[in-house]
Amino acid sequence: MRPQVIFHSFGYLTEAAGVTIAISFAGIALGFLIGAAVCIGRLSGRRWLETLGGVYISVFRGVPLLVQLLFIYYFLATLGLDVPALVAAIGGLGFASGAYQAEILRGALNAIPSGQSEAAVALGYSPLDRWRLILLPQALRLAIPPLINEFILLLKASSLVSVVGIAELTRVSMNIAAMTYRPLEAYVGGGLFYLAINLALAGAGALAERHFGSAR
Amino acid sequence: MNWDVLLHYAPSLIGGFGVTVMCWSAGCALGLLIGFAIALGYEARFRTLRALLRCYVEVVRGTPFLMQLFLLYAGGPSIGLRLSATAAGILGLGLYSSAYFSEIFRGGFAAVPRGQVEAAMSVGMPPRFILTRIRLPVALVVAAPPIVNTLIVMSKETVVLSIITVPELMYQMQTMAAETFTAFDAIFAMAVFYWLLVEFVSRLGRRVERRATAFLASHA
Repeated sequence: MRPQVIFHSFGYLTEAAGVTIAISFAGIALGFLIGAAVCIGRLSGRRWLETLGGVYISVFRGVPLLVQLLFIYYFLATLGLDVPALVAAIGGLGFASGAYQAEILRGALNAIPSGQSEAAVALGYSPLDRWRLILLPQALRLAIPPLINEFILLLKASSLVSVVGIAELTRVSMNIAAMTYRPLEAYVGGGLFYLAINLALAGAGALAERHFGSAR
Repeated sequence: MNWDVLLHYAPSLIGGFGVTVMCWSAGCALGLLIGFAIALGYEARFRTLRALLRCYVEVVRGTPFLMQLFLLYAGGPSIGLRLSATAAGILGLGLYSSAYFSEIFRGGFAAVPRGQVEAAMSVGMPPRFILTRIRLPVALVVAAPPIVNTLIVMSKETVVLSIITVPELMYQMQTMAAETFTAFDAIFAMAVFYWLLVEFVSRLGRRVERRATAFLASHA
């Protein structure tokens, strides 16, 4: 074990950690949009939308992420679209995360006592105000802990994106291992970066929970 | 969809599926064992041991599985740990899942009502019987659903083993794709196959879980 290898490659690893964070952020944001859409579909009361949402969740949670990533990557290629690997990567993470986030949001909405909604109706709130002022603020508050958890899982899953050739933390660690012939140090270094990011995320999550959760 | 190619490669694909199932079951069995040992270790009186176990769980859960596999497979030889790809895969899966299983067991033990343990102690039951007859049955009832859930998650993680060249299903499928230029077909078949597999395992898991919970609850 020669820790100097880690110090020497610190610059590369920091840069790669930035890429990992950026991809994960983009993935979680895309996933939130998809998740919200799927969740609305599932709660819309229209039979075909509910089925469609259910199938989406089942497929994207059932197929391993690596298969999904390669599928998107090759699928776009067979269509003759020369889409950069970055788009395939963020798309893959976002689609998969959307399925999980849809369930998180549904769970949060279901956890609000039905009396809240009934009281809003009884007080003459319009449907828009009922959602905007009563349901969404409470649901989002409840969804914060599982969403942070999902973010940490997604950040770890983003290591698979290295397979489609994006120079994020895992890929750069591989390159450092290949350049220095010191795989142990390279992967320990990369792993420490992941650990640091995840601990920071968990800390931020605890803060957010304390800040927003007190209103319950 | 090119069925001839799939048929021609059927033997290697079935063999790959066998390796997948083997890695999954061996890795999870190892993970359950280590996880259970860690959960018991939390009760040790030595504070350092408890802190070390906590560190282990946090590190394993805080880093990607792929990174851990690389560390074991490529980094292992630097400290004299030379493993075949499959052995590294099984060990990696075992270590990775052990962190999750240990938390599940810990939660299970924490859910055992204090009064039951106190009652067992007051009638003079020896500690090992308190563990096997009082705490374990109750803890397993609580732990059964999340264990089944984690087993399903791990079945999907086995795909990652293909990256360190474990000859499991995904690896064989990619070999086929590379040799026959049928990347899209292969990945599509793969997606459908895994979806069906995970759906099947989830349904089976839910059924087993219901049975096990009912059985344990009636005997606890």
